[in-house]
Amino acid sequence: MKQLVRMFLLVFIVSFALMYVVSLLNSTQGYSGKNTLTIYNWGDYIDPDLIKQFEKESGIKVIYQTFDSNEAMMTKIAQGGTTFDVAIPSEYAISKMKEENLLLPLDHTKLPNLKYINPRFMDLSFDKKNTYSIPYFWGTVGIVYNPDMLHGKKPTSWNDLWDESLRNQILLVDGAREVIGMGLNSLHYSLNDTDEAHLQEAKRKLSTLTPNVKAIVGDEIKMLLANEEAAVGVVWSGDASEIMKENEKLDYVVPEEGSNLWFDNMVIPKTAKNLEGAHQFINFMLNPEHAAQNAEYVGYSTPNEKALEYLPEEIAGDERFYPDPEVTKKLEVYENLGKRMLSHYNELFLEFKMHKK
Amino acid sequence: MKRNGKLSNIYLFIVFIILYAPIFYLMYYSFNSGGSMHDFEGFTLEWYKEVFHDTRLLIIVLNTFVIALLSAAISTILGVLGALAIMYVRRRQVKNTLLTLNNVLIVSPDVIIGASFLILFTIIGIKLGFASVLLSHIAFSVPIVVIMVLPKLQEMSPTLIDAARDLGASRWDVLSKVILPFITPGIFAGFFMALTYSLDDFAVTFFVTGNGFSTLSVEIYSRARQGISLSVNALSTLLFLFTIVLVIGYYFINQKGSRSKGMGVRK
Amino acid sequence: MDNKTRNIYLIPYVLWIVLFVIAPVLLVLYYSFFNVEGQFTFENYEKFFTPVYLKMTVSSFWYAFLITAFSLLIAYPTAYLLTRTKHKQLWLLLIILPSWINLLLKAYAFLGIFGTYGPANALLEVFGIGTQQILFTDFSFVFVSVYIFIPFMILPIFNSLEELNPSFIDAARDLGASAWTTFRRVVFPLTLDGVKSGCQAVFIPALSLFMITRLIAGNRVITLGTAIEQHFLVTQDWGMGSTIAVFLIIAMAIIMILTGNRK
Repeated sequence: MKQLVRMFLLVFIVSFALMYVVSLLNSTQGYSGKNTLTIYNWGDYIDPDLIKQFEKESGIKVIYQTFDSNEAMMTKIAQGGTTFDVAIPSEYAISKMKEENLLLPLDHTKLPNLKYINPRFMDLSFDKKNTYSIPYFWGTVGIVYNPDMLHGKKPTSWNDLWDESLRNQILLVDGAREVIGMGLNSLHYSLNDTDEAHLQEAKRKLSTLTPNVKAIVGDEIKMLLANEEAAVGVVWSGDASEIMKENEKLDYVVPEEGSNLWFDNMVIPKTAKNLEGAHQFINFMLNPEHAAQNAEYVGYSTPNEKALEYLPEEIAGDERFYPDPEVTKKLEVYENLGKRMLSHYNELFLEFKMHKK
Repeated sequence: MKRNGKLSNIYLFIVFIILYAPIFYLMYYSFNSGGSMHDFEGFTLEWYKEVFHDTRLLIIVLNTFVIALLSAAISTILGVLGALAIMYVRRRQVKNTLLTLNNVLIVSPDVIIGASFLILFTIIGIKLGFASVLLSHIAFSVPIVVIMVLPKLQEMSPTLIDAARDLGASRWDVLSKVILPFITPGIFAGFFMALTYSLDDFAVTFFVTGNGFSTLSVEIYSRARQGISLSVNALSTLLFLFTIVLVIGYYFINQKGSRSKGMGVRK
Repeated sequence: MDNKTRNIYLIPYVLWIVLFVIAPVLLVLYYSFFNVEGQFTFENYEKFFTPVYLKMTVSSFWYAFLITAFSLLIAYPTAYLLTRTKHKQLWLLLIILPSWINLLLKAYAFLGIFGTYGPANALLEVFGIGTQQILFTDFSFVFVSVYIFIPFMILPIFNSLEELNPSFIDAARDLGASAWTTFRRVVFPLTLDGVKSGCQAVFIPALSLFMITRLIAGNRVITLGTAIEQHFLVTQDWGMGSTIAVFLIIAMAIIMILTGNRK
């Protein structure tokens, strides 16, 4: 009994002591102040130096919080228990958030730097006139491959993945739209196809790919490909550039049948408290020099046309990540297919995963 | 008999090797200057320096400890009460119902627990952050404590309690002098399991946290997007060594203490 | 008088049950009757009985069974041998300790260890077996799952072995029983409660494993837990996710009743 009491007392004392230390540390960080701005972003998706610079210039203390999926982010914002002033969702999430009234319209007069964005990336189907969102980064879905492990072969199309020599060599990203879209694209259908016959055809075609698929994985795909666990991977271009930074042997190609064009965008969610600061921050990130610095740090493609001038030629001139309009014409942005269709896509994807070799 | 002893030592040795293999792997690469958990390039302490310069990470580590310790302690108290309650219930049906309800949270996938707690907190109006995380950790640790304590209670012969009562012991005396000392090993096991659950949990915390509050596992998951930074390895190494020292230290101090008091408190 | 004693213990516990068990279960049940578009329907239940989900259920149970069986097989001797060591409480703590290191980190470590160029394959190379694909196989999935769950199996078995009165064993041996007979007739039956709670603590959560299915099994193994996670986090089809959860809760209740005390 004595022993029990002693232990529990110790636990409580230690806990309260630690809480005190935390509050001390928090106050040195200035998190208790009033003029704060909470940014809700993917992990490590901004150059931390830019945040420091913004804090210095504006006098606003930035709190950086991260999410790991659009859905998790939406759940949190819809719940409303927390303050987020700026969030960075992907384009398909934006149409959903619009439907559910989770976004506040942007005041374009407070965003003079908006003029630097390439008009090609403005006024897109998911957010006409950019009422709610400003593009942050963009990219494609494509194939990363290891020329050494393929003995000189170079995949250029989705259909090349069905080649018998790739047995057990392909890693796929764990995304229903990406994988089903790949099946649809390989049959020359649209990524946004909702025709049941086409979808079934794509599913059947995908199930013949199973012997070639080594695994369907999440973010670890980057590490696995860089470590040469597999010769080929289907990934987002942003991930591809990170992988290629790790392992310079690898190469990236956007398949010729067409593929997906994606955007991550800055928005102000309805939970925002510091509207003034949020606009200030978005405008700060639109500044070409800052956009270039950020693109260099993150390694994704910036939609900021002027920023390209500040980027080294080997980045800005890289056709794989800044493809010319000829290629981008074949790319499609994911449309919001509605919850029911999305659920159907997921069920097809589930069936594909359960299809045994 | 001798040969048996050797074999069993080898068996235990292999079990421990496997249990600790991934941890040593993590520790080994925390000294890698190459920056990844692959291809050891050279020795460096850079990652350890990074940990100590990252105040935000340190705050998160401390928060994680506070949540784990508090939730384990409170859920142990609740769980012991729960086990006592279940033991005192005479009707088997009620007992089984309570046990089944008890285990619902153990079987439920974390995602569901997280999502339903989130809805619950929204309805009750608890602000997301420290309080909501602490409450949920207590909530999902209680059943495991009950499961750890209950077998001990059931082993206790009822005549023991009756005897104590007959000898004039009050209700409190029975609890503190007879029952609790007997079930102490179960209580410790429950406490440590609760601690384990709390330290390990990601999904539930992920749902119910907010307003800048974060725990280590949530932070690691969001950092993992860019591949795990070796500073996380370094941090884990430090935490691991710290707990090992703590556990061994606690054990020997306790041993000394109990030995000097003779047989007074066993275990 | 006696009744009052019981009530005191019941109050906080029942309060906890009502708030954090019954309320969430009711919420889950409530959501399971709504489809993606938010209409009241039995659609989800019909969907659960389609081949896709039935296959998934069967495979979840199969893998959970494998994981439990292997955990028991390894945990029982470990627990038994631990009770014979000098500083047994310390060794027991050291068994639990690895589970305090973040699971994702350990999973990443296993990715490295089991990788094509990892230490496990280097070892196989030394033995002359040659490089094998270990990652993304049933073997690696069961191995890592057993790794995760084994402390939850060892602990209750260890506790029940500790309680075992050594004089029973001595008596059995004195009466001429062999070591094996002693174990089968005396030790094992007396520690059955520990084995049961260990199996419950492993089998039930193993049914709803996720994340490991992706990291270690490369989505080659799909469990009910994976499907629930997908429905809650990706499709946001909370109705279907809840329906699967309802079935999991029912399965859990059945297991509890089957393995419950028959005293």
